Amino acid sequence: MTPRVVFPNKVLPYLLVAPQLAIVLVFFYWPAGQALYQSMLKEDPFGLRTQFVWFANFAKVLSDPNYINSLKVTAVFSFSTAAVSMCVALLLAVMADKVVRARGIYRTLLIWPYAVAPAIAGMLWLFLFNPSIGSLAYLLRQMGVAWDPLLKGDQAMVLVVMAAAWKQISYNFLFFVAGLQAIPKTLIEAAAIDGAGETKRFWTIVFPLLAPTTFFLLVVNTVYAFFDTFGIIHAVTGGGPGKATETLVYKVYNDGFVNLILGDSAAQSVILMVIVIALTAVQFRYVERKVHYG
Amino acid sequence: MAEHAPSSGHDRLMIGQSAIGIYIAHAMLILGVIVIAFPIYYTFVASTHSLQTILRPPLPMVPGPEFFNNYYEALFGGVGRIGGVAVSTLLFNTTIVALGIAIGKILISIISAYAIVFFRFPFRMVFFWLIFITLMLPVEVRILPTYKVMVDLGLIDTYAGLIVPLIASATATLLFRQFFLTIPGELVEAARVDGAGPFRFFKDILLPLSATNIAALFVILFIYGWTQYLWPLLVTNDNQMNTIVIALRKMVSFADADTEWHLVMVTAVLAILPPILVVVLMQRWFVRGLVDSEK
Repeated sequence: MTPRVVFPNKVLPYLLVAPQLAIVLVFFYWPAGQALYQSMLKEDPFGLRTQFVWFANFAKVLSDPNYINSLKVTAVFSFSTAAVSMCVALLLAVMADKVVRARGIYRTLLIWPYAVAPAIAGMLWLFLFNPSIGSLAYLLRQMGVAWDPLLKGDQAMVLVVMAAAWKQISYNFLFFVAGLQAIPKTLIEAAAIDGAGETKRFWTIVFPLLAPTTFFLLVVNTVYAFFDTFGIIHAVTGGGPGKATETLVYKVYNDGFVNLILGDSAAQSVILMVIVIALTAVQFRYVERKVHYG
Repeated sequence: MAEHAPSSGHDRLMIGQSAIGIYIAHAMLILGVIVIAFPIYYTFVASTHSLQTILRPPLPMVPGPEFFNNYYEALFGGVGRIGGVAVSTLLFNTTIVALGIAIGKILISIISAYAIVFFRFPFRMVFFWLIFITLMLPVEVRILPTYKVMVDLGLIDTYAGLIVPLIASATATLLFRQFFLTIPGELVEAARVDGAGPFRFFKDILLPLSATNIAALFVILFIYGWTQYLWPLLVTNDNQMNTIVIALRKMVSFADADTEWHLVMVTAVLAILPPILVVVLMQRWFVRGLVDSEK
């Protein structure tokens, strides 16, 4: 694989990797190390006294009802976001796979939410559903729904899930379309000749063959819901009402940056780090398999 | 997508497909487009109405008469709107940040991938892994210590502070490495026989060959930079240094009756328009970049 022919320079390669290396050491490894170290320190908010407490912060965080709540919120939020955005995207991709006319136009019109910043996506949806000025909130009230996401936790969750899922549909759509195109059309036509109806063809042929794509997207969507949606939560609900939408990342930010509970925040960061490492490992194991399947 | 399209561009029925099925497919796609595009369309419509109209829902579904007034006011009359910062300043900041991140990432990734593939030196793989593992250290898991580093280095409220910490890129480095590995050794040998040194080879052979990869990555990274939220929120205190996304967040207060919604909507449209244009106009590169950078 690797070209055997290389340039003989001794110093040049170090100069070439130096910029990237400097950045990762200063802005990635040093702070990550600090987070690990601080997660075992107990410090008062003014930084006057510190004490090394081993895993006490972790024990404290993991037994904190607020943290358990945040774990549950994150699980519900991530699962709902992934489920909604993947189902809608799959449906649209299957439909787009059938048509030829105007296919490019549909694609163009479906991909633009990808370019919208999560925080702005959140604000657009909040503007639509804001109890006092949102047109859709107005419609809901006309239909007799007591709609107020600013006061009701479950409605706030619905709102952030909608905003987060909306933004992710474009991404999932493109990958599902690519996955569908990789399925040989002859396979589906053969099943049709054998008398399998459209629904049956989908569930027995298309859906199983899409499994690698679906699994890959599940991982990517989970990572997205965990980390990239901070802007949505921060801009729309601020974790509220009453911690109903306080995800893990939002809590790290809030405890560390707003409430200045440094040890707790660092311990939460380390737990998040473990989650990212696990997700990345899953993703890469899968990618290796995809290469084998070719 | 084009490879399946018959030359006529009309829907062709495959075996087992019915004409009605195709109509249903079109209907659902149109419905999907309406749902997906609606929030953006609605924002645009709101940006063309007066504040009074916006405050009395439901909003009309067609653009109103205030387009020029609102946009003029937001762009040129707007000192004092968002902590005294003009929308043009915010757009300028965001453009600098997005371009800086996109170009910076591509630049440092391509040269480190070049070093790792085309040179042999001690610790080569150690460096590669050091870069690779940063995939697992997103800013969200090291918020406070990274902030402290920024304070110590005096990078708060600077363009460098907004850009430099985000330009390390494991994905881009991996992508270029992957691509460089496919370049045949004979090409390198031929270049060397012809007397080309490492700089010459990089500039005259490698860069032109990487052009499509660079374009695809650029689109993805530009959007990545434009839509950053947590990082600008941490490293900017001064409103003059805000990106447009952060500034918009600061303008909006749903509890506050004084929010000037018509101007907020104009700002929102201006904040989402540039990346949307990039995605739509460079669609080919965008799709390619998206698929490549996830491998």
